[in-house]
This record gives sequence, C-alpha cells and structure tokens, in this order.
Amino acid sequence: MNSLLRILAILRKEIWQLRRDRLTMGMIIGIPTLQIILFGFAINTDVRHLRAGVADQANTQVSRTLVADTEASQVINITQRALTPEELETMLRRGEISVGIVIPPDFERRLQQQGRAAAQLLVDGSDPIILGAARQLTAVPVNYRLPPSPIKSASVYEVRNFYNPERRSAVNIIPGLLGVILTMTMVLFTAIAIVRERERGNLELLINTPVRTPELMAGKILPYVLIGLIQATLIITLSVFLFRIPIRGNLLDLYLAALVFISANLTMGLFISTLAKTQMQAMQMNFFFFLPSILLSGFMFPFDGMPGIVQHIAEILPLTHFVRLSRGILLRGAALIELLPEIRALAIFMVVTLTIAILRFRKRLD
Amino acid sequence: MNRDIAIRTHNLTRRFGTVTAVDHINLEIPRARIYGFLGPNGSGKSTTIRMLCGLIRPTEGEAEVLGHQVPRDAESLKRSIGYMTQRFSLYQDLTVQENLEFMAEIYSLPHAKRRTRIERALRDYQLREFHDQRPETMSGGERQRLALAAATLHEPELLFLDEPTSAVDPQSRRDFWETLFALVHQGITILVSTHYMDEAERCHRLAILDHGVLVADDSPQQLMTNIDASVVEVEASDSQQARVALNSLAKIQSVTQLGMRLRVLVDRTEAEPGKYVAAGLRAAGVKANARQTSASLEDVFVVVTRQHHEKAAA
Repeated sequence: MNSLLRILAILRKEIWQLRRDRLTMGMIIGIPTLQIILFGFAINTDVRHLRAGVADQANTQVSRTLVADTEASQVINITQRALTPEELETMLRRGEISVGIVIPPDFERRLQQQGRAAAQLLVDGSDPIILGAARQLTAVPVNYRLPPSPIKSASVYEVRNFYNPERRSAVNIIPGLLGVILTMTMVLFTAIAIVRERERGNLELLINTPVRTPELMAGKILPYVLIGLIQATLIITLSVFLFRIPIRGNLLDLYLAALVFISANLTMGLFISTLAKTQMQAMQMNFFFFLPSILLSGFMFPFDGMPGIVQHIAEILPLTHFVRLSRGILLRGAALIELLPEIRALAIFMVVTLTIAILRFRKRLD
Repeated sequence: MNRDIAIRTHNLTRRFGTVTAVDHINLEIPRARIYGFLGPNGSGKSTTIRMLCGLIRPTEGEAEVLGHQVPRDAESLKRSIGYMTQRFSLYQDLTVQENLEFMAEIYSLPHAKRRTRIERALRDYQLREFHDQRPETMSGGERQRLALAAATLHEPELLFLDEPTSAVDPQSRRDFWETLFALVHQGITILVSTHYMDEAERCHRLAILDHGVLVADDSPQQLMTNIDASVVEVEASDSQQARVALNSLAKIQSVTQLGMRLRVLVDRTEAEPGKYVAAGLRAAGVKANARQTSASLEDVFVVVTRQHHEKAAA
C-alpha cells in the first residue's frame, strides 16, 4: 500500500517535471513526426531517373532505338553524350552520371551472336541501390530486325510480390521505423532520468527517504510507457493517413507488441542510467546502443545477409524482434500468437535489464 | 539503547583512497539538543553526517543512530530522520506546494495528515505566499526555509543539517536558528554542521573537527572556559610593529589582528599573561596597552586546531 503510494509519488513528480520540460515535450511529438515525414517522403529505394551518359559508337538505327527504349523505361535520364567508353568512365568517376551506356561499333554483328552481350552498362556500384536499379535495364528487349529466336527465352521464375505489390518504399520502411523511433526516444528518456537527479543533487535527498529501489524504478518507467504508447499512436496514425500503410493484422496485437517493446527499451535506459555519471555520458552510451540497433535489427539491411555471430548479437537487441513483430502484424497480417518467440525475447530482455538496473542502483553515495 | 543518547559512534572512520576524511571519531550525542560540528571545509563534517545517515559506508568503526546500527539498518532509520543537504536538493522545477506534496507522499503520510502537515509547514515556515512559485525563483533564505520544511514534514526524531546557512543572509540565519530552537523544544535532536563561529556558539554542544579528527567536544561555554591559553587584547599605535615583536616571544601561540586591536593567545603556563605581553612590547619599544580578556569560541578553535597540527607534525 505504502509502496504503491511511493510509486505514484515518483510517477506524479515525473509528470509534473515533464509538463514543464518543453524540449522533452517537443521531442515526444517532434521526433516521430519529423522522422515519419522524412523517411516516408524522401527515402525511396525504387530509384528512377538516374543520370546517364551514352557513348553510341555504332550509331545505327537499332542502337538509337535501344537507347530510346532504355530511356523510356524511366530508370535513366540521358544527360550526357560521349564518344568513347573512356569518356564515360571519367564522367562516372566525377559523379556526373550514375550509369553509362556503351554501344560498340560492331553492335549489330554482336547482336547476332548467341551467349555474348552486345552492349555494356557502366554502373556506379558505390551505391548498392543504384546498382540494383540499373540491373533492371538488362531486361530491356532488343528484337529489331533479328531472326526469330529458336527458343523462347522466358525466365523460369515468375515473381509474385506478396504484401507490397506496388513496391512502395514507405511500406517497407515505416513498420521498422516505428521501432527505430521508439528506441531513439524511449532509451534516452530513462537513461537520463536517474542521472539527471544525480547531477542536480536531488538524488542525495531521494535516497534519504524510505523509497525503495524497485519503487523508484517503477515510478520512473511508468510515465514513459504512457508516452511511448502516445508516440506509437502518433506514428501509426501518420503512417496510415500520409502513406496508406496497411494494418492487415490486429491493431490490439500491435499495441501489445509495442507495450512490451517500449518497456524493454525503458529498462535498458535505466540500466544505462546506473552506469553513467552525467547526462552527457548517458547520451553517449545511448548512442552505443542505438547504432547497433538500427544497423543490425533488419530495419536497414536484411537479417539473413548478416554473418552468424552478428545475427546472434542482433537477436539480443529488442529492435530486431520488434521489426519482425511490426512487419508481421502490419504487413503480413500475422497474429501475435504466431510471433510469440519475438515477444518472449523482448520480455526476457526487459526482465534482465531491469534486474541489473535494480541490483546496480545503491541507495548510497559511495 | 539509551533513551537519552541519539547518536553514538565508536572509532568511526572513512578513507577515500589514501585520504582519511574521518579519522576514528567517537561521539555521544544527547537527545533533544542542538549538536554542532564546527570545522573548515574538508574537515570531515559532511562525510560524518553522510555516514550517520547510511549514505556512505564507514571504512572502520561503527555508529548507532536512534538505536539502529548504521549502515546495516539504515533503511529502517530513514523514516525517523530528516536530512537537509548542503546543496539545495529539492526539485527546482516543481513549485513549493508540489515539492512538499511529493515529500509527504514519499514518506507515505496518511492522506488526511498530508494536507494538515503541508498547511502547517507553509504557515510555520512563511512559505504560503510562495506556494505556487518554483525554488529557482526564490532567495537563498526562502529556499532554505523550504528545505527545512520538507525535511521536517514527516516529523523526524533526528534532523541532520549540513551547512544549512551557507547561502543565507544574516537576518534569515537568525530566524533559522529561532526555528531550530523551537524544534528542539518539541524534543527533536539536531545535528548541524557549520563554519560560522556565531552559529557554533548557539549549539548546546559542539564538536570541533580538523582534518577528520575530533579535536574538541564540549559545550561552547566549557570549551571557552577550559581553553588551553590566555587571551590578551593589545591596542598599539603601530599594530604591525607590535605583531612582529609579539611573534618573537616564546610563550605566544598566535596573534590575530581585529581592526586596530590584536588578539594574542599566551601559553597557560604564564601566570600573568597581560604583564608578559606588555613587558614584551615595551622591550621592543612598541607603545601599547595590553589587558587580559575572556576567550571567544574563535580563540578555542585556533588553539585546538593549532595543537592538533603540532601533534600531527611531531
């Protein structure tokens, strides 16, 4: 009973302080809004209109038709003309073009030969997404004035794109982004929560009261759970209305997953708070957690492509599990029951970090 | 457990690395009294108070506070003690009212009591007009009244005040001490640390700390009566010359200038210190009046810390 009263006392105090902290309030609303809009509108992995140069050394009707067809695919915009492949290479190096089309003088003769490419694409491979986009150009057909092929050169496979048939990048990015934004804000909130009291001298007073460590931790976490859920609601609302992100699964399932994920991040923040001496240090440590989260979670790069040991590290991070949950529920329409291992992993992470935080925190100054 | 003793320590010691902040301190602090810790910065006052609250573990020795072994039973002690930290430690971004409500809740005061206690605190500590104000906008004296109000809200038996008046004007300090005596009258024991002589003199009993060592422990009156020196006041036309002359005399412990006058501490072995000083000044050709006077607490402080340094050097 007294315990509950003390938890409520801490909780109410946190809310009073939060209400007056304009910067933090701005962070709660501002960061999700800004990120959703930036990621949703600016980031597009389905690249079009790459700047391209052409060195058409054949300069026949067929070669000109090929160039015109290639441009018509909208993948490239021809902005430069060159006489030799060397010139194109220079342009590529200078960054003036991303793709170079080389059509050799003996283009038409080469077309007749089987098993040999007639023309070349020079692609700026320093950006994998551009490389991927340029690969699409290899599908441009050249059938002009050619003898009919003996066998129909059709692909063995036909791709059926599940869950994102329009190939919209926002659909790929935003479910994961929900987790990224929550990681970014939630961990930081609790990471500075205890350090701030220490820095401002409040902790010396607080540890001299009958408040117990688990009560203090609970009082510090609970207000931010609520804030996390508000943030999640804001992100989901923006995603649905601005980017038509489908909610194919159960919305309640998504909220339950978010609740566990938010709590796991908050307990991680508390753990950081028991390690750091100053708010600055807490923010730096937060970065060490955030960076692997964003890179290894499968949000940016596919989990399956990572080496085994990195996959093990990724399995520890809460964001990895939440990206799977969020994509599963939002896009694939999976039920929470089907994703139970992910929830379990988050729950374990939460219990472990909270226990360490409680054990590390001492009601003492030495 | 002794009903009359609030705090008892035995060889209480705390080392930070190679530095001994508190060095084998033995204390017996009576209940319902103001007990003072007098000493310069770094003399171990704060460290001792923090050990008695259970905030810092002693390296050696033990302490019993209100019958609780510290730091072992520090948690059960928390409810009976109040602590006013050296630095203002309430929340600067909460109003006076909110700070008091928070403290009342964290000490789990019953709902009905919470309101009456806060009301009484606002009245007793003249905080009503500030109840909606945040500490960051208040003066040092007002903030200190708030800190004391918060520390006494749960009616502790024992109050630790760590240099409570360091950021407070003289009038507020006077008022503050009036409040302390009112609290003692209610039966509360107060342990207060200070480096002001006038405050130290108002304590019922006083411990003088120097580099972590307890160098004196008695009532201020007894300390002044039993001082191990005689005090002579000198009025000289040329105080600088007088000073030089006195410093060369064998039985002089120290010379302190107070405006036109010099305060001279003479060994107790000298039967007639006034004449001794006057003779010394005459011999050096300095025109001056010298007469013996009663010791002040500052004289006591100078003598005991000097003796301690001589002992440490020997």
